[in-house]
Amino acid sequence: MLTYAAKRLGLAVAVVAVVIAVLFLMIYIIPGDPLSVALGPRANPALVEALRQRMGLDQPFYIQLLRFYSSVLTGNLGNDVLSEEPVLNIILTLLPYTLALIFGAMSWSILIGIPLGCLSAMYPGSLLDRITAVLSVSVIAVPAFVIAVYALLVFSIWLRWFPAIGAGNGFLDQVYHLVLPSLALGLGWVGYIARMLRASILEVQGENHVRTARAFGLSENKVIFDYVLRIAVLPTLTVLGIGIGQLLSSAVFAEIVFARPGIGKLVYDAILTRNYPIVSGTVLVTTFFFVLVNVVADLMIAWLDPRVRHGLQR
Amino acid sequence: MAAPALLVEHLDLAYRTEGGRLHALRDVSLEVAPGEIVGIVGESGCGKSSLIQAILRLMPTNARIERGRIALAGTDLLQLDPEAMRKLRGDRISVVFQDPMTALNPVLSIGRQMMDIQYRRSGGQAAKRARAVEMLRRVRLPDPERRLNQFPHEFSGGMRQRIAIAMALMAEPALLIADEPTTALDATLELATIELLKTLQREIGCAILFVSHHLGVIAELCDRVNVMYAGEVVETGDIRSVFHNPRHPYTQRLLACDPARMAERSRRLPTIPGDLPDLVNLPTGCVFADRCPAVFEPCRQAPPDFYPLAGDRAARCYLAREEVAP
Amino acid sequence: MSEPLGAVGLVLVVAVVLVAIFAGVVARHSPIALAPIDRFQAPSEAHLMGTDNLGRDLFARVVYGSRIALSISLGATLLSLLLGVTTGLIAGYGPRWLDNALLLVFDALKSFPTVMLALALVTLVGPSLQAVILVVIISAAPSYARMARTQTLSVRHAEFVLAERSLGAGSGRIIATHILPNIIGPILIVASMDIPVVVAIEAGMSFLGLGVRPPTPSWGSILNDGFSYIRESPWPVIAGGLPIIITTLGFTFLGEALRDTFDPKRSGSR
Repeated sequence: MLTYAAKRLGLAVAVVAVVIAVLFLMIYIIPGDPLSVALGPRANPALVEALRQRMGLDQPFYIQLLRFYSSVLTGNLGNDVLSEEPVLNIILTLLPYTLALIFGAMSWSILIGIPLGCLSAMYPGSLLDRITAVLSVSVIAVPAFVIAVYALLVFSIWLRWFPAIGAGNGFLDQVYHLVLPSLALGLGWVGYIARMLRASILEVQGENHVRTARAFGLSENKVIFDYVLRIAVLPTLTVLGIGIGQLLSSAVFAEIVFARPGIGKLVYDAILTRNYPIVSGTVLVTTFFFVLVNVVADLMIAWLDPRVRHGLQR
Repeated sequence: MAAPALLVEHLDLAYRTEGGRLHALRDVSLEVAPGEIVGIVGESGCGKSSLIQAILRLMPTNARIERGRIALAGTDLLQLDPEAMRKLRGDRISVVFQDPMTALNPVLSIGRQMMDIQYRRSGGQAAKRARAVEMLRRVRLPDPERRLNQFPHEFSGGMRQRIAIAMALMAEPALLIADEPTTALDATLELATIELLKTLQREIGCAILFVSHHLGVIAELCDRVNVMYAGEVVETGDIRSVFHNPRHPYTQRLLACDPARMAERSRRLPTIPGDLPDLVNLPTGCVFADRCPAVFEPCRQAPPDFYPLAGDRAARCYLAREEVAP
Repeated sequence: MSEPLGAVGLVLVVAVVLVAIFAGVVARHSPIALAPIDRFQAPSEAHLMGTDNLGRDLFARVVYGSRIALSISLGATLLSLLLGVTTGLIAGYGPRWLDNALLLVFDALKSFPTVMLALALVTLVGPSLQAVILVVIISAAPSYARMARTQTLSVRHAEFVLAERSLGAGSGRIIATHILPNIIGPILIVASMDIPVVVAIEAGMSFLGLGVRPPTPSWGSILNDGFSYIRESPWPVIAGGLPIIITTLGFTFLGEALRDTFDPKRSGSR
């Protein structure tokens, strides 16, 4: 397990390093003064000059790249062009809101999707099963921002059941503000996860090792948990790992539609105001987070499924 | 006299399918005495799997036992409620399945699975672990202490089958059902596995119901044999008599087709011409009539009974009746 | 299960395509004609879907928007196919290090958050049609590349290929006869399932103002305009979202039905 974990982490580090390099390259190869790209045309001249010296733009390419790496690794992602606050601080302040949104969406899909998937597998062909099947294909096909806008229209503006704007103050109020946006994001995944789990369960149930377990008189509960679900849940975990990436994208839309604070809204505003350090900083932080989640998902799968960790060793 | 380890009497089993009722087992009777090794021989579709599922009572939902009795060491299995039946499985009756590659849970260690099935026994983890190690030693798995922590995919097919045998015999059941346990193994492994089964059976004294379509293995291992065709037992008797002097035409053809018995080389392997009958729409007479070389007048009118012959043998054939009736 | 849904999908897709082709006939007004006096009207005989904040006929904008959606999605998908398959072929045929490097890139890109990608690209090239196409290509091409690469690798070392090469067959011929015909089917099925995603990307980017520039009536920008005035009138929002829903659902149902037809053991509904 440890060897697998080490290899997986190594891979993750490599990916992050590549992304940082690519980001640097993008800034570097843009025609024109790289500084104005990094800082945007609104930067004040003193800042430009300081940065020019710090960036050492007269140095050869690889030195600049190394300096970029070192500044990123020390947490220096540059400063906001307008307020001159360190980008990292701004991002870290807003990141929890986005994470809450993503976590909320994921919770909806797990809390509703997993039982729904189990029920569909237990009663295949039933009305519940058929409805779930149709909904699962449909809802995830529709883009999240459309769902978000319609949800806002119906539940916030027409029915006034939920607030339309902001993240709220105080824990309960924040949860209240979180319900509608996270549901709008997570709804698509509910059906998808239910369907995946159902297919997995049905497939695993027919397999020989489940027959063996029953032939040895193991209790139905034990058979279901250790011999069916434990294996059936693996593809669902893989999907969740990938889903985080998509949820990150959708979170941006949800933040804009529901006017919530978060890095989505942050980066969107930054593009409109040409606040480029924020953009590159956010892309970096997002990538890092995204890679981290995928590593965790992969490690969890390897922990549950010994075939995976041995496969990589061989 | 002690109750037989397994007693099946006049078992009828049918599946409800879209095309109608499929009569998978008809009037199946067989008996396994305590400590005896009894074989079931038959080609695919003869009902072996249905019979095993019925005995274990792990049938698919569309299966119905319509008639008959199944008794394990005196206990009527068909009268038991599901919980009671479950307690018997893996304890008084256990199974070794055909495909060792998929029979074990891939994400749990061997040790974990071997301890899981000991849930009925009292005692702590250490005792159960020790029992598992001991059993692995008995099936001659090298280095059992360490290998207990390994996963199925780290073992070869032959080893996995030995592990399966170890698991099946760990509780010293009254009856072991072996469902073509060596079919998926190559010839040398097959021999070694059969030897192992023989040894363990002698030590433990359990009865074995050994299902196979490999006549050589049956001859090697079994005391008595039942020949099945299309859901019926067509012949039964002790292994020597049946193989040297088969009384049912199907058994005769089966033996004649065994490549190991061919007296001379020939370019073509003998087969039994024709196909299995449709089990949804059964023919009115004997189920083997269409393919039988000795078919005569009464065969197509009504299915023959299971006529007893000398020496505790029986055959489901009018020819056998001719012998018995004066 | 998938047959009636597939039929529904086909109907929806055909409807959208027909509307796009016959946009001029179907829409009775111009999609860009301004009439501020008539802003925020509810649906009526004159304006089937009402009017937006500048008095433009929403129905006409939606109808012409179908052209944008379809042409961009089909065009961008085609480009992704070309680029993806070519890269996959290179990965399969080229040296080991190149293959490994490309694999790393494919895997990293494939599940990268699309919006972040879009935002980063827009920073470089500015909000535009080009940005949309670039985002689509980067998101979609890796899967096609992987499929092409797998097929290339399996064919490259096959015995019959070695035999052909010893007879003088060049790589071009090998590619044309053994690789391309085998991947066309599966790739087209994957591509057809990607189309709703591409439509969503285009609509999403337009919604954020990062896509095609106004006054071009992309559905996403209709939705965006409507969203700004959502409290004044719900009709622009409804008009903008509805075609997106119809198109994505239609293509998805159709794609699923196609996939089930050609690979029945994958259908999870049985």
